[in-house]
Amino acid sequence: MKRIWILLSVLALAAAVAPFTGPFVILLLAQILVLGIIAMSVDLLLGYTGLPSLGQAAYLGVGAYLTAILATKFGFGLGWDFWLVVLMGMAAGAATAGFFGLFAIRASGVYFLMITLALGMCVWGLAYRWNSVTGGDNGINMRGRPKFGIELANDLTFFYVVLGLFIASFFALHLLVSSPFGKSLVGIRERELRMRILGYNTWLHKYIAFVIAGGFGGLAGVLWAHLNGIVSPVDVLLPASVDALLMVVLGGPGTLVGGLIGATVVVFLREYLATMVQWWQYVLGAVYVLTILYLPGGIMGLFKGGKA
Amino acid sequence: MKRIAVLIAGLAAASPGISQELKIGFLAPMTGIFAQIGKDMENGFQMYIDEQKGNFAGAKVTFIVEDEEGKPPVGVRKAEKLARQDNVHLLVGGLLASTGYAIAPVSNRVKTVYVLSIAAADDLTQRDLKQYPYIVRTSWTSSQPHHPLGKWACENGFKTVSAIAADYAFGHEVLGGFQKAFEDCGGKVIQKIWPPLGTKDFGPYIPTIKRDADAIFSLMVGPMALQFPKQLQEAGIKKPVIGGGTSYDEFVLPSMGDEVLGHVSALQYSAALDTPKNREFVRRYREKYGKVPSYYSESNYTTAQMIHEVMKQTKGKWPGPEKFIQMITQLKLDTPRGPVRFDDMRNPIQNIYIKKVEKKKLHGYDKDELWNTVIQTYPDVSQFFTYKKEEFLKQPVYSRDFPPCKHCN
Amino acid sequence: MDANFWLIQTFNGVSYGALLFLLASGLTLIFGVMRIVNLSHGAYFLLGGYVAISVMRASGSWLLALPIAALAIALLGLFVERVFLRPLGFDPLRQVLLTVGFAFLFQQAALDIWGGDNLIIQPPPALSASVVVGGLHLPVYRIFMVALACAIGLALWFAMERTRIGAIVRATVDDAEMARGIGIDTSKVSMFIFALGAFLAALGGVIGGAFLGIYPGLDFEVLPVAFAVVIIGGMGSLAGAAIGSMLVGLADNFGKALFPEIAYFSLYAPMVLILAMKPTGLLGRE
Repeated sequence: MKRIWILLSVLALAAAVAPFTGPFVILLLAQILVLGIIAMSVDLLLGYTGLPSLGQAAYLGVGAYLTAILATKFGFGLGWDFWLVVLMGMAAGAATAGFFGLFAIRASGVYFLMITLALGMCVWGLAYRWNSVTGGDNGINMRGRPKFGIELANDLTFFYVVLGLFIASFFALHLLVSSPFGKSLVGIRERELRMRILGYNTWLHKYIAFVIAGGFGGLAGVLWAHLNGIVSPVDVLLPASVDALLMVVLGGPGTLVGGLIGATVVVFLREYLATMVQWWQYVLGAVYVLTILYLPGGIMGLFKGGKA
Repeated sequence: MKRIAVLIAGLAAASPGISQELKIGFLAPMTGIFAQIGKDMENGFQMYIDEQKGNFAGAKVTFIVEDEEGKPPVGVRKAEKLARQDNVHLLVGGLLASTGYAIAPVSNRVKTVYVLSIAAADDLTQRDLKQYPYIVRTSWTSSQPHHPLGKWACENGFKTVSAIAADYAFGHEVLGGFQKAFEDCGGKVIQKIWPPLGTKDFGPYIPTIKRDADAIFSLMVGPMALQFPKQLQEAGIKKPVIGGGTSYDEFVLPSMGDEVLGHVSALQYSAALDTPKNREFVRRYREKYGKVPSYYSESNYTTAQMIHEVMKQTKGKWPGPEKFIQMITQLKLDTPRGPVRFDDMRNPIQNIYIKKVEKKKLHGYDKDELWNTVIQTYPDVSQFFTYKKEEFLKQPVYSRDFPPCKHCN
Repeated sequence: MDANFWLIQTFNGVSYGALLFLLASGLTLIFGVMRIVNLSHGAYFLLGGYVAISVMRASGSWLLALPIAALAIALLGLFVERVFLRPLGFDPLRQVLLTVGFAFLFQQAALDIWGGDNLIIQPPPALSASVVVGGLHLPVYRIFMVALACAIGLALWFAMERTRIGAIVRATVDDAEMARGIGIDTSKVSMFIFALGAFLAALGGVIGGAFLGIYPGLDFEVLPVAFAVVIIGGMGSLAGAAIGSMLVGLADNFGKALFPEIAYFSLYAPMVLILAMKPTGLLGRE
């Protein structure tokens, strides 16, 4: 519980400080929150269910492409209907995960990792080559953010909307992992066989977690599209999935908050430190390697006993 | 900190007349398969700045280069950074047409001038122009040289052409322009093959090229351009090849072999242009960087010169984005590529050169080298070629499916 | 589309498959023995190409560059395995995550040492020609790739099936605990296999560098394709890697030639189908 209050105070602080930061920093803050959502979705799988997903960018891609296609081809989602697109993005992400899960959930451990990677590449393949729908290599350029009383084109407003959705996602996921369902996920992570003997349908549990994670991936995608104003196959490529996993491992798996911390570290290094020094990637790599070697609980592990 | 401030003050004092600053944010790929092209772009711009000793009519030029990796979304993020964090007056560059399309909306968001010094995305200075008050182009539209090339190919006896072009905005527009002019004159494009941008293994594509075509039209970019003619030769195909400008530009030409001799392409620049201005430019560039300038270099050199010309008129004071756009489009300059002026849609009107790859000694260098010999010049070509602007703009922007391939199959 | 079209496309697909085999055989061996997925495998491929370029710049010899690059990267693999992976003990997930870290570190190091340019490995002139067989123009280099992959495949097969070391490795793959029980030093086996995997990947990098080029980002481009091969063939199976390479090479080639709109999808989708029917891949064991 304490952890949540700390998180909320940090977010409140960010919200209060945001108007006084520079125009570049505010963009990075929004980026951190969007990536924080996808990182939390990875954490639900890796940290709570013990499933290392290396294809989470696929669901982000589905949400992002859906948003961009609706906006550019149908002019949909640029007013109040933005909120409909948010729901549709989540549904699309969840549906994709629902389909992929049929293949992926049979596997566990590193098998799961390889299969999610390959499934992610299927989505990338379509994004990259299915020109008539996705614009292929060009990607899709959007003509501006939604407007409904408030204008999301204003970066500060957009940041607050993203912040709101992040907090909502956090609480939804927090409720989920604290529920009996969440407890059984952790049980599956620790001892799947025992859970099965106890009569749990472990496949179904994992499948549901996978679908929910896909839904939040889709949500991150909707926001990602509006954040950048462009959706491109690069967003769905393997390094994007690797990033999401990296953030969770860095921040601390099984904590939800860790995803946000990881996202903060990665964005800070990649977008900010990179503008000042050439060797930022050494820092990223080294921090990451050291975390795995010495901090299995991630940065969160520094503060508290680590995993939930 | 204090020491730096003193140092800067000292520098300012040492160069009298410098009182203002012009911050230019430059976007070019510095890593990845297009890294060397990015270097050519940067070198061209840097060379002009160096020639002016970093002083544009009293404004000290700060030149900030960011790596856009040849990926549109990265270009967007870097453009945002340059405008928001570094507060640049101008964004310049972007290699790929798709990156150009992606950065243009950023120029609106951050209300900063974006000079397209390479990115040839057609529609930005055509149907989309009204949306983007802060952009101006100093280079070319993708289809601009390829309208004349289509006409030339048709008038030089080619009846049917099989086309293979990189599958992204630039490839679509280059082939579109070629096809439009070629078919309006009576030629037929009988096939379109679209390998993805960055393809280096043409194994799957070359065998699908139709045997009965009179010629092959190829549009390659960077490393693709090196591989395609080589693999074409290995596959034993000896058809004449007509290429889009970047298939044989001076960036790839020095690394090519005899397999490209006789290949014809079109562009607004050739390093082989035999004008005093260009001979001098090639000599200085080669002295400085040890290689022949490509159009990537020339275009950015000329862009820097254009910016300088505007600053001369304002005596080194930044005129603001609206005024800058208005002033730069009034310029008429004599450049290494020839005379350049602007049409009323902020795109250059310039000579288009039909070029043939030849091996010879040129510009007083004593070795046999590959050069793009100009075999025909179409003077003062606008982005609309000989078409009426209003009618041209009524048709959709060139794409994979426009003009439709009536003679395919 | 006549017979020649199908023949030449098949040849192209098989030769691309040969390159994939070099990359994937190492990946699958490492997985078989250590149960870890080496996500820095693409980086070894890339580094192999870079080292070869340096050797060629210094000596001008491609023939020299090939073994030196592969051996140098094998040493690097050995180092990583001993110093970083081994101390984690038997914890595949953490080891996999660690290889990601190394992928990043190698990426930056390569950028610092060799720059961001796209470099090409120029094979010797004898390999750059093409021969005409029955009206088909076949590039000698591609024939060479197929021959090399066959030779390596046979050597690996022989080593695994017919030698003592091979028997030890097989015993470790079958049941590491049992192998330890009968006195096999599985830690040494892991070390050896990891180095061998890096060796093969680097070899692939030198060979592939001739027509793919060597540039930053190539590591993460080839990795998923290698994964597709290993997943289709069956994780841990050498024969599976051979079959998977051929299937992926052909699917890739024909996909691009015949169904360009779904080219990459047509590469990964069959894999999903195979998984649906046989989760362990064609030749993988549970």
